[in-house]
Amino acid sequence: MFPKPIQNSSRAWQTTYQALVPVALIMWLLPLIAVAIFSIKPEADFTTGNYWGIPSSFEGASNYGRVFFGSDMPRYLLNSVLITVPTVIGAVALSCMTGFALGVYKFRGNLLLFFMFVAGNFVPFQILMVPVRDLTLDMGLYNTKTGLVLFHIAFQTGFCTLFMRNFIRALPFELIEAARVEGVAEWRIFWFVVLPLMKPAIAALSVLIFTFIWNDYFWAVVLTQGAESQPVTAGITSFNAQYRAAYHLMSAGSIVAALPPVAMFFLMQRHFIAGLTLGAVK
Amino acid sequence: MAQMRLAPGNGSTPDPTSHRGPQDSWLRRNRQTLAPLLFLAPGVIFFLFYVIFPILQSFNLSFYRWDGLGEPQFIGMENYRELLDDRAFEVSLWNNLKWLLLYLLAIPAGLFIALFLNQTVTGIRLYKSLFFFPFVISQVVVGLVFSWFYDPTFGLLNQVLGWVGLGPLNVLGDPTLVTYGIIAAGLWPQTAYCMILYLTGLNAVDPEQVEAARLDGAKGAKMLWYVIIPQLRPATFVAFVVTIIGALRSFDLISIMTNGGPFGSSRVLSFYMFEKALSEYGFRMGYGAAIAVVLFLIMLCFIAYFLWSMYQDDKGGR
Amino acid sequence: MNTLKGTVAGIALSLGLATAAQAELSGTLKIFSDMSNPAPRAVMEQMAAEFDAMHPDLAVELTVIDREAYKTQIRNFLSANPPDVANWYAANRMRPYVSAGLFEDISDLWNEPEIADALASTKGAMTLDGKQWGVPYTYYQWGVYYREDVYKELGLEEPGDWDTFKANCQKILDSGRKCFTIGTKFLWTAGGWFDYLNMRTNGYDFHMALTNGEISWTDDRVKQTFANWRELIDMGAFIDNHQSYSWQEALPFMVKGEAAAYLMGNFAVAPLREAGLGTDQLDFYQFPAINPDVELAEDAPTDTFHIPSGAQNKEAAREFLRFVVSADNQTKINSGDALGQLPVNSNSSVDDDEMLNQGFAMLSSNSPGGIAQFFDRDAPAEMASVAMEGFQEFMVFPDNLEDILNRLEKARERVY
Repeated sequence: MFPKPIQNSSRAWQTTYQALVPVALIMWLLPLIAVAIFSIKPEADFTTGNYWGIPSSFEGASNYGRVFFGSDMPRYLLNSVLITVPTVIGAVALSCMTGFALGVYKFRGNLLLFFMFVAGNFVPFQILMVPVRDLTLDMGLYNTKTGLVLFHIAFQTGFCTLFMRNFIRALPFELIEAARVEGVAEWRIFWFVVLPLMKPAIAALSVLIFTFIWNDYFWAVVLTQGAESQPVTAGITSFNAQYRAAYHLMSAGSIVAALPPVAMFFLMQRHFIAGLTLGAVK
Repeated sequence: MAQMRLAPGNGSTPDPTSHRGPQDSWLRRNRQTLAPLLFLAPGVIFFLFYVIFPILQSFNLSFYRWDGLGEPQFIGMENYRELLDDRAFEVSLWNNLKWLLLYLLAIPAGLFIALFLNQTVTGIRLYKSLFFFPFVISQVVVGLVFSWFYDPTFGLLNQVLGWVGLGPLNVLGDPTLVTYGIIAAGLWPQTAYCMILYLTGLNAVDPEQVEAARLDGAKGAKMLWYVIIPQLRPATFVAFVVTIIGALRSFDLISIMTNGGPFGSSRVLSFYMFEKALSEYGFRMGYGAAIAVVLFLIMLCFIAYFLWSMYQDDKGGR
Repeated sequence: MNTLKGTVAGIALSLGLATAAQAELSGTLKIFSDMSNPAPRAVMEQMAAEFDAMHPDLAVELTVIDREAYKTQIRNFLSANPPDVANWYAANRMRPYVSAGLFEDISDLWNEPEIADALASTKGAMTLDGKQWGVPYTYYQWGVYYREDVYKELGLEEPGDWDTFKANCQKILDSGRKCFTIGTKFLWTAGGWFDYLNMRTNGYDFHMALTNGEISWTDDRVKQTFANWRELIDMGAFIDNHQSYSWQEALPFMVKGEAAAYLMGNFAVAPLREAGLGTDQLDFYQFPAINPDVELAEDAPTDTFHIPSGAQNKEAAREFLRFVVSADNQTKINSGDALGQLPVNSNSSVDDDEMLNQGFAMLSSNSPGGIAQFFDRDAPAEMASVAMEGFQEFMVFPDNLEDILNRLEKARERVY
């Protein structure tokens, strides 16, 4: 283990370390803590210049209340869910199949196709922006959640394929061969042999994609425009425009917008980290 | 394997007595070719439609003048010629370079934090999670948080600088500082990301080698450099890939924190492209496409390198 | 066969039209609005609700989009997902959509006597290529809003000329305040300063010629405008760090009394009052003359409603526009407790509000040079964006002027 386990070092250093970690953590999260404090302050604190002092009263309930009941925020949140969940399902489903095909079969162009997915996953969004926007406009899907979902599925398929194919390659190939010898149809091998083994990968990928899509801002700006379809990342800018300089509300709004992926992360931490370390690319 | 027993079904068990049409047997003979085709089709079609073709279209569009409303007009290399003489483009390109170089700091910083946290004391799991926290938050929120942090009137940064007798600084209003200020904001989640990669990497470090090295008298920096870091190569590679991609994709933070300002000094190519093509005063689709092509070509160098590395790895595999 | 079909269709069409004109409006009326700030939003919602109540068979569907976001999104929805009514701005800002055929020609509406007479003064701003493309619903003066109490405390009068203007400013600076608050993060506020300094230095016609690309940015007259501006900058008249603030974020400086005045449109009055400035603390004056040989001219931006050419329910849309500009509605929506701006209908009454009265008097009798829209509405979009970025840079680094002007000149040669 590296560095040397703390248990083997001097008592003094051990205590220092125990104290150092929380201090470092507070410094690390300072900007976030500041926002959390902002979000429970009353408006008066900002006009009187009490930005960093103790809140003069606790207004968390009314600030968050206004975010939830006095603005479009719940709608944006719902939109985000309705965009993120279908994307996760779609992209994972497609990439299970592509990953299976690329990971199990040997055929000409296999590697080429695989590299197409990988490379496509790395391209800058801007080179897709104008054509994808036109395409979406032409299909009549501009400013709809469907339009956004379809694009996200397609784009995320690149990354998911990379992930799934590598995962499937690491599975014991003998299983598949044994099934083939028994004459099992290919789709059954996929469904009954491989898919059950892919559960951890599916879980990891789902959590990851959920976070990526939830946090997407660029495509939300390019493909949607109003409260009826915009996810919360884009909605927060309208929200802020409405409450400009009302820092207590903007802070509360930001925290609400950030919360779902954070919750997802803490609930599914193991899968999340497994996913990232398998070669995730944001 | 329980699944295995489930698998053999009616249709596919070899059964000489069943009646099979010629078509069916053709299917059977070719199923090793057909199956991957069918499995691939939906994904590939989707991907071609939404990713590959648009790239080609963008290349094509960069030779046109088009305001997004009327008919595109072919102008050859005119957009590219204009780029050469466009100061805003030049600024963006330089800023992109700054992003690329400075963003890489996330890798050593992530390694540093990972080493710091790689201990087994009570509650360390929770600490690790909390350190990782910034990565999960959307960049939009990170941008907001940091623009308040930098705010010239009440920002925490000036507050802290004031305690040590420095400042005040208007980071986001100063054309020489603004890009660094935004990069610092971007480094926050990126460092967290690299940290988690290294934490997992450190788990996989071979303890025997470490012990052996220790017996040879290696410790501290020497040990890190000669024994640990070589073993962390896979983590470093992934960290490098994601950091480069992240640097070239920087859009959200700039859009939220400065909108490219002051007077365009924090633009990068990805933001400038959006500004030219879709912003309030923009709608020069062709010109935007030309900028995107340049950005794409820069990215292509890295993509080629990644693919080449993956190809090298893959040759070792099955 | 073809002709027969054509005739039948023609008959059907004319019948349909005839009945539609008589029948009560039905279907849905989709409105996209950029009136997203709190007060305008309430006005828009109320207008939609009222119109909805007036026409029981008609469902009014209102979408309010953030004002800044709207400016980019209008391109998308006009072609892809056109509503029946949409907000926009007058003058050259309409040009791209008019040329692309995305706005409906509503000259017919302007021929109706009620509109032709009552809205005559704004017809010019709505006319491109000899046709009218929308109706205005409000306009507002620009000028200097100042802290009356601070002026009184320092014994200052509203300035009538440039020297007094500067002398006042010096006294304000000596008292430890800034003369002007401004937030240039989104650039256009600097455009307001440029407009006034330029129109006071060189006049209205020069403003129009410059925004039309007929005058070089390196012209000595342009340089004179910047020289006047520089006097203020060198005095330290503007608040620090203005490049980091939006116009709203610049308001507190005035509210707290750290800055004495704000060159702004009348829409700034509502938030200033809301923040606690009373009638004896807030007042207005016209930007003073700089060059006495130049006639005074003002910026008075006009906000508008249009019918996209792809609208589904144009009949209802036209009726809605009639409703918007009607004398009663104009009085109501522009009153002090609503938009707090000036009505476009000459039969409406201007709300008895201190600022509105002054603004109305100024625009109707003390603006002999002419009334401009605003820098970014009179100039084409691309020129406006490059120029306003230059203005912002100039306000922070006045020494860069030479370089900035050369850049603007290069843009001018390309844009026009």
